[in-house]
Amino acid sequence: MKLTLKIILGFFVSVNLFSQNKTFPTATSVIKKIDFNMLSKSQIINSEMIVYGKRKSRTIRSRGYSEGLNKNFTEYLYPEREKGTKMLRLQDRLWIYSPSTDRIIQLSGHLLRQSLMGSDLSYEDMMEERKLSEIYNATIVGEEKIEDRDVWKMELTALVDDINYFKRILWVDKQRYVPLKEDLFAKSGELLKRISFYNYKKTDGRWYPRKMNYRDMLKNGKGTDFIVNEIKFNVSIPDQYFLKSTLKE
Amino acid sequence: MKLAFTLSIKNIFGAKLRTFLNVFVLSFSFVVIIGLKGVMDGWDDQARRDSINWQFGQGQLIHEDYDPLDSFTILDGKGLIPENISGLTPILVHQASIYPQGRMLGATIKGIDLSQKSVLLPTKALINSKYNYPVIIGKRMAESSKLSIGDEVLIRWRDKNGTYDANRITVVDIFDSNVPAIDSGQIWMSIETLWQITGLNNQASFFIADKNYKHKPINFWKFNSQEELLKPISDLVAQKNGSQSVIYFLLLTIALLAIFDTQVLSVFRRQSEIGTYIALGMTRQKVIGIFTFEGSLYSVLALILATIYGFPLLAWFADVGFAVPPADQKMGIPIADTIFPIFGLKLVFGTIFLVLFASTVVSFLPTRKISKLDPILALKGKKQ
Repeated sequence: MKLTLKIILGFFVSVNLFSQNKTFPTATSVIKKIDFNMLSKSQIINSEMIVYGKRKSRTIRSRGYSEGLNKNFTEYLYPEREKGTKMLRLQDRLWIYSPSTDRIIQLSGHLLRQSLMGSDLSYEDMMEERKLSEIYNATIVGEEKIEDRDVWKMELTALVDDINYFKRILWVDKQRYVPLKEDLFAKSGELLKRISFYNYKKTDGRWYPRKMNYRDMLKNGKGTDFIVNEIKFNVSIPDQYFLKSTLKE
Repeated sequence: MKLAFTLSIKNIFGAKLRTFLNVFVLSFSFVVIIGLKGVMDGWDDQARRDSINWQFGQGQLIHEDYDPLDSFTILDGKGLIPENISGLTPILVHQASIYPQGRMLGATIKGIDLSQKSVLLPTKALINSKYNYPVIIGKRMAESSKLSIGDEVLIRWRDKNGTYDANRITVVDIFDSNVPAIDSGQIWMSIETLWQITGLNNQASFFIADKNYKHKPINFWKFNSQEELLKPISDLVAQKNGSQSVIYFLLLTIALLAIFDTQVLSVFRRQSEIGTYIALGMTRQKVIGIFTFEGSLYSVLALILATIYGFPLLAWFADVGFAVPPADQKMGIPIADTIFPIFGLKLVFGTIFLVLFASTVVSFLPTRKISKLDPILALKGKKQ
């Protein structure tokens, strides 16, 4: 009798566990998969940034090279006024070369909080590229639908002190493990920024959005679109791209 | 001497229109130089007074890593408030952004001890406020952010770890100060509130000293005396004064040139008179003295004329002041809406001495020709 009871109980427990695994994976495993999709060892990206102003919008084209989480080199290609401007980030330091002045300046302190080329992104936003799974504690708080796709609503709370946003809410595609929308909050709970992700395509085994909209929720306006025209993952990038001396070349 | 004086008066008043023009141009120079220099002295005085009352107090104790003129130093330029200090008002500087009407504006939050009496900032308005985050701002900040008393605005800042935080502040008072350094882009709140929202407990970027402060060296902090802090203002006014010297120089040159020309003409046209003086037994030096005295008398008459119309004019000017255009008030230097000129004794007597001396020298130069004149030819009326 006892054995039969154990078998029945064991059956129900295993069925329950199996069903939980199917519908509600652990939040940590979800954000690890997001990290896998969004981050890579290296990447080369041709992109377009559309900054929506009050009267007109501006388009800025650039090519970016990044290796790991700490090395990034961006060269601006368009418009003519920005052409030749280069930006190099190594760890938490950022240098900008402007061809009009033929000078390299290092940005630090409050300047990093300034807008990147008039967009809704700050230099610091661009610099934070740590893995979500390493800096946030995640929980799945619900299920919703965004543009006909089933998503988990996840709440991420900071695990570390030195972090830009204390809390994030992510709407994660259940099938592709990618965020479709992300809200970034201040410590007080005030919504500061919203990022919307569109047009996911699979490249080299990972889902990556071809369009993102960054919006500073404290400001009026449509925000800034970041459009990925071409992306290559895990390609070999010569070390010279990440040298300060390259900025002037 | 009496003879020289009588002759000079006769000659000068005999010249009528020529004398009047010379005297008027020189008197105009007197009035304009004193007027302009009075404005500069008035500005210097006002800027120093306002800076002491609103910004510097009796001096500032500044963290060694903090430079008020370099925003790069704000992040690291602060430290724990030293123990056992008195006569100092702590101020913590922190960067933030405010969002009035959906626009983003960079701002500097300054946390200040609300019970302070070192400067005229109306910090009492923040005591016992019914709002969670009451602040005071200056008229320039109110204008640029379009904020009024009672307005609530969202502010975003970073705490000590760099994490964003945001909340709503309420403007409880707007102060009217001529010092942009404590106004433009600045938000003043209780230092305790700033400690609480940033986690930078018991830290300050600098202190304002009051009259009770007696400086003793403190590690990591350097003391800047009132005079050291005011030096940039004095230097700026001195520089402006220097650039205005061009105007003084031009005005004086025009006036002195007129005297010079008159003297050259006198020596040339009055050669028979010079010959007669010498023939009657006057030494050449004495004749030169008569002509030089005559020339310098223009400046004395100019002084009298300048007093007649300049005194009431400058007194009126000192009363109504010089209205400063709004654009000049946004240059970042302490400058009031109206500058009231100050005409000190040093300024007035200095200018009088300068004009008298210069006109005497200019009067003397053409008369040197007298020493070379042949009295016989001069008596015959032959021009030399």
